[in-house]
Amino acid sequence: MGGFSFDLCKRNEMLVQKGLKQPSFLKTGTTIVGLIFRDGVILGADTRATEGPIVADKNCEKIHYMAPNIYCCGAGTAADTEAVTDMVSSQLKLHRYHTGRESKVVTALTHLKSHLFSYQGHVQAALVLGGVDMTGPHLHTIYPHGSTDTLPFATMGSGSLAAMSVFESKYREGMSRDEGIKLVAEAISSGIFNDLGSGSNVDICVITKGKREYLRNYLLPNPRMYISEKGYSFSKKTEVLFTKITPLREVVEVIEVGDAMEE
Amino acid sequence: MNNLIGSDADSQRTLYPYVTGTSVVGIKYKDGILLAADMGGSYGSTLRYKTVERMKSVGKHSIIGASGEISDFQEIMRYLDELILYDNMWDDGNSFGPKEVHNYLTRVMYNRRNKFNPLWNSLVLGGVKNGQKYLGTVNMIGVHYEDNHVATGFGNHLSRPILRDEWHENLTFEEGVKLLEKCMRVLLYRDRSAVNKLQIAKITEEGVTISQPYSLKTFWNFAAFQNPTVGAEGSW
Repeated sequence: MGGFSFDLCKRNEMLVQKGLKQPSFLKTGTTIVGLIFRDGVILGADTRATEGPIVADKNCEKIHYMAPNIYCCGAGTAADTEAVTDMVSSQLKLHRYHTGRESKVVTALTHLKSHLFSYQGHVQAALVLGGVDMTGPHLHTIYPHGSTDTLPFATMGSGSLAAMSVFESKYREGMSRDEGIKLVAEAISSGIFNDLGSGSNVDICVITKGKREYLRNYLLPNPRMYISEKGYSFSKKTEVLFTKITPLREVVEVIEVGDAMEE
Repeated sequence: MNNLIGSDADSQRTLYPYVTGTSVVGIKYKDGILLAADMGGSYGSTLRYKTVERMKSVGKHSIIGASGEISDFQEIMRYLDELILYDNMWDDGNSFGPKEVHNYLTRVMYNRRNKFNPLWNSLVLGGVKNGQKYLGTVNMIGVHYEDNHVATGFGNHLSRPILRDEWHENLTFEEGVKLLEKCMRVLLYRDRSAVNKLQIAKITEEGVTISQPYSLKTFWNFAAFQNPTVGAEGSW
């Protein structure tokens, strides 16, 4: 019998009834945003990956490729966002081969939401999906339980409030490319500097009809400031007194007689 | 009778708030301090009271803004009235400034917290005395600090980022009000307990003014809101 086994979920519920305190929904460290501008969609993300209080990766990539015209930012459990975007990206490619057409954003949306819904929120991926297809520019948010929204501007992750406050005060319709990039960079920076779960650099991806620009590390507002100019040198190394090499395996020469495959 | 579930003492302690006010935002500006707060008093998820004055003047030099349990704020006002009264009775020409009031509140809040019976509030205390501007905050666990801009509750997440970017020394009154309105508008959009009826309080060396209640303009006419699923019929 295939499919996901929900047995452990039943066990967890039973434990909660017995008084176990379950960890609440973790908006794991991230600020991801998307906005629609005059000619398409701009996605933005910070680059910090956290393991509890520790920064595990200072410069990870949170903007995932889905199709040449569709990209997806991911917040939540890194393995889940990576796996689910990879999986749907492959499905989209096969679909493109089958139909002979450019992928639509709603196709990616439907694949992602039905996968997440069927796992009832246990696949903790919160996504900002954006792209431009033959029907125009689209921007969606997808929540771990499988619900989606269609929005002109969106933010997700622990830094979403800091980023949303920038969008709510400064977003206008029909912005130019430069204005849009500036606003996205501002929103991500707001997350980086005001949210402890987000940090390091700003990644941006601009998608327009027929073209996409992946601006990796568009901004580096957290450079390493203090490096010793003298460099690092270590004093006298350990003296070598005497060297002996013992081979662990005997080297044997094999002389082949007759046909190799003789039976 | 023996109460096995909880002791009688439990019924004397604050366990959760009932009628609550949401964020208060405060900034220093050229002539003094500006505070903003809406007039909503929520009862859980109901918007029960819509004309709650959450900002009050304290003595001659200070102003207090409160979020959290409204009845505890009313109690704090009684403590402060008593404090100011006793100060006046000395009749020595000196009067408590914002720094002293803030310190007093901090002691009260922290001591209540240590007795596991907190006053369930987050307070903003601002004022001007002898030309010195002061703006501080203290909450139900006794955490207190001063800064050029402070906020309580959701204001910390939605307003402080804006203020960190856009606040500067020597804001004029008009610039200060515009900045506060920007913060309050974001809160109105994104805080479910916010109401569109707010007051701005100003304190300078001359004294305190609390404005009449008014509403903010909001914008809902994005094309994407009018027709969100254009080109993607059936999606949501």
